[in-house]
Amino acid sequence: MALEEQTAPSGTPLVLGIETSCDETAAAIVDGAGTVHANVVFSQIEDHAPFGGVVPEIAARAHLDHLEPVIAHALEEAGLDFDELDAVAATGGPGLIGGVLVGTMTAKAIAMARGIPYLAINHLEAHALTARLTDKVAFPYLLLLVSGGHCQLIAVEGLGRYRRLGTTIDDAVGEAFDKTAKLLGMGYPGGPALEKAATTGHPGRFDLPRPMVGKPGCDFSFSGLKTAVRQKVEAIAAPTQQDIADIAAAFQEAVAGSLVNRCRNAIRTFSEEHGTGHALVVAGGVAANQRIRTALSELAEKSGMSFTAPPIALCTDNAAMVAWAGIERLQAGESDPLSFAPRPRWPLDPGAPKAIGAGVKA
Amino acid sequence: MTSGVGLVRLTVNGQPATENLAGACAGFAIPGCTFLLSGGLGAGKSTFARAFVRALIGADEEVPSPTFTLVQQYGPIDRGGVDIEIWHADLYRLGDPDEVLELGLDEAFGTAICLIEWPDRLGSFAPNDAIELIFDFAADKGAGSEVREVIARVPDKWRADFAAACEKAGVEVRGPDE
Repeated sequence: MALEEQTAPSGTPLVLGIETSCDETAAAIVDGAGTVHANVVFSQIEDHAPFGGVVPEIAARAHLDHLEPVIAHALEEAGLDFDELDAVAATGGPGLIGGVLVGTMTAKAIAMARGIPYLAINHLEAHALTARLTDKVAFPYLLLLVSGGHCQLIAVEGLGRYRRLGTTIDDAVGEAFDKTAKLLGMGYPGGPALEKAATTGHPGRFDLPRPMVGKPGCDFSFSGLKTAVRQKVEAIAAPTQQDIADIAAAFQEAVAGSLVNRCRNAIRTFSEEHGTGHALVVAGGVAANQRIRTALSELAEKSGMSFTAPPIALCTDNAAMVAWAGIERLQAGESDPLSFAPRPRWPLDPGAPKAIGAGVKA
Repeated sequence: MTSGVGLVRLTVNGQPATENLAGACAGFAIPGCTFLLSGGLGAGKSTFARAFVRALIGADEEVPSPTFTLVQQYGPIDRGGVDIEIWHADLYRLGDPDEVLELGLDEAFGTAICLIEWPDRLGSFAPNDAIELIFDFAADKGAGSEVREVIARVPDKWRADFAAACEKAGVEVRGPDE
């Protein structure tokens, strides 16, 4: 038996991941082979009525209330006990400090009680490594992270080696979707509603700017596009459904065009260093948008890159990505001391040049 | 009319003028000074906040939107022997004024310079002596115009500083009824 244990694949630690840095309270259990045994997000649990329904978990208090049942749910779903965990990983930043503290303290308590390693995970690193969990993508690759809070292009060169090639100088792209949807009278979150409206729209009817297109570098800007949409909407006295659909389609095309242009510049920079044949990976909630997915996939093909977009449940904020980042770091021989202090700001690439420009006009 | 608060209307001619006004306001702001920034999408709240932060922290500071993160903190920086911290908050996503306490804003109002977007979410936690700026699109200029009308509610303690800042920024100031 002892021999069997020794020859068991070394890459199969079971790691509990905890995510509390944003709107979601989440826990997941993943093993070193990349099998997701459980991936629980609080808002997906059906019996959430006692907690007052699904609201963004902005408050630390909400994370505190939810985290324990979410972890219990994940263990139950995986058919596992705390005893069987090999390590615990929790998002240690960046994010709202109250929520991050809740996840961090819980993870440390579990690690201490069970005598297993603790890992503090950078939320952005977890997003960056997800494609290795879902698609076994090899280093190096180019990552476009597009969500409500982030819009970044990152050269993922290896574990712990991330180079930020570009970021937004104002609004994140998911935020631009939400705010545009609001201008068009749609609910929050507006991304899916806007995409649906755009399917019946004619993108060519309204002329919207494509932010940053033609400018050097890989930074993004979406504030001016939002303003341009407002002007189009206000110029119409009583917008019809068709008007709304046409503006939505034009907005989506403008965003896709801007993302493709910035990615093209990033691919050039990335390829100069790493050559061709690597992957372009898109992650974050906006990766659910089919038009954007198609545009990026076409760009990848033209650029001699493969294209990967993890399934949407692992693209949006989740704990499986946190567990996976923990596994990668654990397998590299890393862990963190229980004295780790949560970090509200935690850039992946502290040496990145600052993205300046005062809300560049689109 | 509330006593102790002056109401003026400003005409701000384009983004550079908004930035100049923000820079001039940053010039007199001290810890404990709060600006409440209201107005529709694209009206200039974020432009003001971004220029304000850069005036204090540095022209090359990244000032991302706080809509998703709720709060972005800058500093502390040493300014004439005083440590200055800036909080840039967007309360759009708050559901309950109690969450203001969880974000630590009530304490920040006393110790930091605060720029608050969507301040109506503050409820009773809004500081009494905050400067309130309400950005709107100039009604007679059409949808494509860059000109903004700003209504400013300025407590007496800041009135002289604010007037000087407007003059420095070259912003036209009128009385409440003009």
